[in-house]
This record gives sequence, C-alpha cells and structure tokens, in this order.
Amino acid sequence: MDLFEYQGKQYFARFDIPVSPGDKADTVEEALAAADAAGYPVVVKAQVQVGGRGKAGGIKLADNADEVRTHAGNILGMDIKGHVVKRLWVEHASDIEDEYYASFTLDRAAKKHLLMLSAQGGVEIEAVAESDPDAIVKLHIDPVIGLDAATARQAAVDAKIPEKALDGTADILVKLYRCFSEGDCDLAEINPLILKPTGEVHALDAKVTLDANALFRHPEWAEYAETEELDERERLAKTHDLQYIGLDGTVGIIANGAGLAMSTLDVVNQVGGSAANFLDIGGGANADVMAAALEVINFDQNVSSIFINIFGGITRGEEVAKGIVEALGRVDLRAPIVIRLDGTNAEEGRQILADAGIPESKLRSEPTMLDAARAAVALAKN
Amino acid sequence: MSIFVNENTKVIVQGLTGGQGKYHGLRNRDYGTNVVAGVTPGKGGQDVEGIPIFDSVADAVAATGADASFVAVPPKAAPAAILEAAAAGVSFVVCITEGIPAQDEARVFNTLLADYPKTRLLGPNCPGIISPGKCNIGITAGEIALPPSAEGPNVGIVSRSGTLTYQALYELKQKGIGVSTCVGIGGDPVPGTNFIDCLSEFQADPDTHAIIMIGEIGGSAEEEAADFIKANVTKPMSAYIAGVTAPAGKKMGHAGAIVSGGKGTAQGKMDALAEAGVKIGLNPTEAGELMAEIVANLS
Repeated sequence: MDLFEYQGKQYFARFDIPVSPGDKADTVEEALAAADAAGYPVVVKAQVQVGGRGKAGGIKLADNADEVRTHAGNILGMDIKGHVVKRLWVEHASDIEDEYYASFTLDRAAKKHLLMLSAQGGVEIEAVAESDPDAIVKLHIDPVIGLDAATARQAAVDAKIPEKALDGTADILVKLYRCFSEGDCDLAEINPLILKPTGEVHALDAKVTLDANALFRHPEWAEYAETEELDERERLAKTHDLQYIGLDGTVGIIANGAGLAMSTLDVVNQVGGSAANFLDIGGGANADVMAAALEVINFDQNVSSIFINIFGGITRGEEVAKGIVEALGRVDLRAPIVIRLDGTNAEEGRQILADAGIPESKLRSEPTMLDAARAAVALAKN
Repeated sequence: MSIFVNENTKVIVQGLTGGQGKYHGLRNRDYGTNVVAGVTPGKGGQDVEGIPIFDSVADAVAATGADASFVAVPPKAAPAAILEAAAAGVSFVVCITEGIPAQDEARVFNTLLADYPKTRLLGPNCPGIISPGKCNIGITAGEIALPPSAEGPNVGIVSRSGTLTYQALYELKQKGIGVSTCVGIGGDPVPGTNFIDCLSEFQADPDTHAIIMIGEIGGSAEEEAADFIKANVTKPMSAYIAGVTAPAGKKMGHAGAIVSGGKGTAQGKMDALAEAGVKIGLNPTEAGELMAEIVANLS
C-alpha cells in the first residue's frame, strides 16, 4: 500500500521524525487556511503517487495568500502523467543548506534490512547509483538486533554527511528505522533529507509503502485504505477482499494461486489474447468467493470471455463448482465461461458442473490450461 | 532417496484442531505420512480422529519423537508457532500460512539463523513438500504426484508458486515421470528455504536425475540460483518463470512478486537460467515437455 506524501509525513510524525508544519487541502480555501496555519512562505504540493511532480508544475512556492490562491487553483485538477490532482499538501517552506538521501527496505537476497544513505539527495537515487555508486552507503541490519544510534552515526560519517548534520541525521535514521520496522513498512524513504541553516535536519519528503499483510495490527491504516488509488473494478474487488488487478484486455481471468494466475495471463497472451485482469482467489476459496469473483469480472465491460483456471490444493474442486453454479444463479453473466479444473476433488467438481445442466454456450470445460486458453481467446474474439 | 523428508519422518501438526490444519493434516495422514501428534494450546489431552493433541510442541516431541512440524495457524500466531517448534528441537518446519507480515518473516528467519541453526523452515506461504509414496507435509493433493521408480530417471521439483507446483507434478505424471521430491518454497519475500538450498540437495541426492524449477517475477532468487547452477549443478534442468506479461509496479498476488525499477522481470530470469544451461519453457506444459525430452535422453 503506497502512501501519499502527506500521509507519509503524518506517519513519520507518529515516530517523531521532524517534518515541516503543514496540512492537506482539497480546495483553494482549505489551502489558504493551511498556509495561514503553517506560516508563509509556503510550498503548495500536488498529492499524486507518481514521480516528476516538480517538473510538471505540481510543486510551487507561495509568499502570500494571492500566490497560494493562484497555485492551488492551478494545481488542483492538474493531470500529472495520468494522475489527476485531487489533494494538496501545503507546508511551511524550509531554507535548505544541504540535501541528503535516506531509506530503509528489506534486502530480499541478504534477508536483512538495508539502509541506504547518501550525501547526494534531492535527485533520483537510481541516478546516483548509476553515476556515482560509491556515494551511497549501504548497511545491512539484522532485524533481530536493530539499529542503534552509534551505528547510525557511523553510517552518516561513512556517507560523508557534513559534521554539523551528523547528530541530526543519526537521530532521524534511528527514528526512521523504527518507523520502518515497528511501523511495518516495505519502504521508508526520505529524499531529500535536508539540513537547514539553523543546523536542524528534517524530512522534506516522505515515501512510504506499507505491508498490507500487517493491517491486522494497524487499525490506524484504515484511513489510508480509503484513499488508495484504485480503478472502479479494483474498488469493487476490494470490497470482496479479492486479490485483483485491472488490466486492459478482453479475457477475464480467475485462478487460484498467484503463480497460476500470472501463468494464466502469460498463456492467454501466448495464444494471441489479452487478459482483462489478474485475479487470485487464493487458497481455500469457497462458493462465496467464486461468486464474488465472477461478479467483479462481470462488472468489467471489456470482458468478452471468462477463463477460470483452477488447480486444487487447499481450494477444493467441488467448492469451485458449487460457487460457479451459485454465481450463475445470482449474477447474469454477459460473457461465456471456459473452465479448466484439476487437483483436489476435481472429479467431484466436474460432476457438479455437469449435473447442473448449464448450456455449453455459457460454460464449457477444457482438459488443459492451453486448450482452455485457446477456447477463451477464440470466444473473446467472436 | 528424497530430500528433507522420507518415510521415517514423524510429523506434528500445529493447528490440527483448526479448519485448515484438520483438513490437510488428516489428508497428509491418509496419504501415508506419519502424523504422530497435533498441538493446540489448551486442548492437550484431546484427539483428532485418533491423533493425540498436546498443549505445546515440546510436549508433543517428548511424547512422540517427532522431527518435523506442519504449521497451519493464522498469520498472527504463525511466527511464534515456528519459533516454538524450533525451540522444541524440531529440525524441519513447514509453514503454509499466507499473509504473515514481512517484518515478522525477516525476524523469524534471522532468529532461526542465530539461535536454531539446526532447524530448516520451509515457507511461509508455501504448499509444502511431498516425497511421493513416502511423505506429504502441506496442502499438495497427493494423487497428482507419481512416486519415483527404482530404476529412474526421477525428477526433483522446486517451485516458488503453490499452484504451479501442482501443475508441474501433474505435467510429469501425465508423462509417466516419477518425482523424487517436490518442494514448494513459497512466494513471500523471506522464504526459509530458497532455490539454492533445494538445488544443492537435489544435486547430492542419488535418486534425483533431473530437476524442474518454477520461478516467478520479483526479487533476484532465480538469478542467484542461475549462478549456483552454473557452478554446482551437473544434473539437467528445465524451468518456467511466471509473470512475463505482468505490468511493472503491480504486486501480482504474492507479496514477493513485483517488478520494480526494471528489476525482477521474467525475461531477465529466463535469460540468466538459459545462460546457466537450463532449458526454458514458456508455459508450465512446455517446461514439462522439455523435462520429458531430458528424461528420455537419460534413460
């Protein structure tokens, strides 16, 4: 779950990471109020989850109310690389003496946490990694041991952060690490981390990705879920708790297991079709889950055929079959279904489908994944 | 032979009194696995269809001599359950639980590494392991796996994806090819057992003659495996990588399956494996067909 900058800053604030005073604003009036509260000069920033906001004109400095009115009016509704700006973040403008970069992620290869720190901030870290890889200090942290202040300070020294910013940087690193680990982030990044002329160090930006698996211990995340950037199909899928990603094709996909769902997309593509979505109904999917999945697929107007690809492990064939029969009673499906059913209780499942008396124009069975993909693609093209 | 488990493996099921634990634990027993005990705190003394339940893993191990555990408990409880098994001296822990936070996985992995180096964790979020005809721990439907033949050649399977693991077993069965062991390592960011662990065991196992590997987008585990194969694996291999058409920046279901910053693409992984001499199938069926050719050349 990716957070907007303002949410990231609010999340940082929970862990005492210093950020500029500011507030979110959905209208010009709210922007003016936020600017008054933060104190001029202010920065008006578009809240979109895409890079290059500044270049697109989505970040502007304002010295007074008139300028806030102008910039807020221009930025709200602006289209930045396909993302329409609906919300602003207005914060007190900071004097910047120097800019750094800091982030924590999980290094999957090393199975440890990874700190990346650089005295070259404010630019794309990927660009720094290309042009001057030695400018980035990489430090692995054992998740069981964590990060202490002395280690954080040494990392700052190694990254050639100037003397006057060392203590402030080390302090923020320890807090950012807590935010990352206790706060269940996949990514916690500050770029730029700034040094002010007064000697204070603080986070001028916030990029936070939360681990959706940890939602159960973070009730405060509920508000982030509401603002997640989803299309209508994805929103409907979410109400049913389905693992769904909307795509542009015409073959609706339902599969059990992420790997099989991905593979189903690939196979549909190989036989000349295109998938309308990724949908993993997961392990243990029962009749209700299958019915909900079909409802979501049916909602997508581009779908011309539906390919259900089930290989039973936890998911049982008879449950899948019951779900399809039940869903056909509940939802008036526009598109025909091609199903391939194998694995746990597949025989029972096929029997249930055969006994249900569903006409072949609505539902047909194919013996293999490739056969089913070909049939579904042929139907989608008719 | 087989890797990690065999006909003598004694298994306890943590969560045997729960829905999934009971369903799959009993299926594992029906398959012929030595399921010797279940563990559910507070339910010690009860039994599930004749399998005794204990309050703790330590009690279960003391009473039965179990050396493997099948963890089938919800995400909140799974990290503690894995560590409890390790602390009780269980040497092989299979965790099927989906949805464990990545931070917990990283802590569990590094705790095992530091404090319980003799315990191997398979998973989480994996289908488990099956040595056909000998032992099945997890959620694999046993009937789709063909036991190895005494004369061979037999194939080892290692896979990051659950359902694609079944698909691979099924493809080989259709072709009459026996499987020595099939290991599902799971699709989470911090798997307890990785490709290299399994490839290394298969390379050393005299009854495994060829290896199928199923990978997917995200991370660099397949690339690391390719380096390992080049240096250490002499047995012929075929592979399939899922997610060729997956769009960048979108998590494809598995917490680990995401292409980001141009890294972790299916193409990159296929190229790395091909360079290591692995035959690449563009779908699971093709990987199975390539394996059939390999096996035909071995016999």
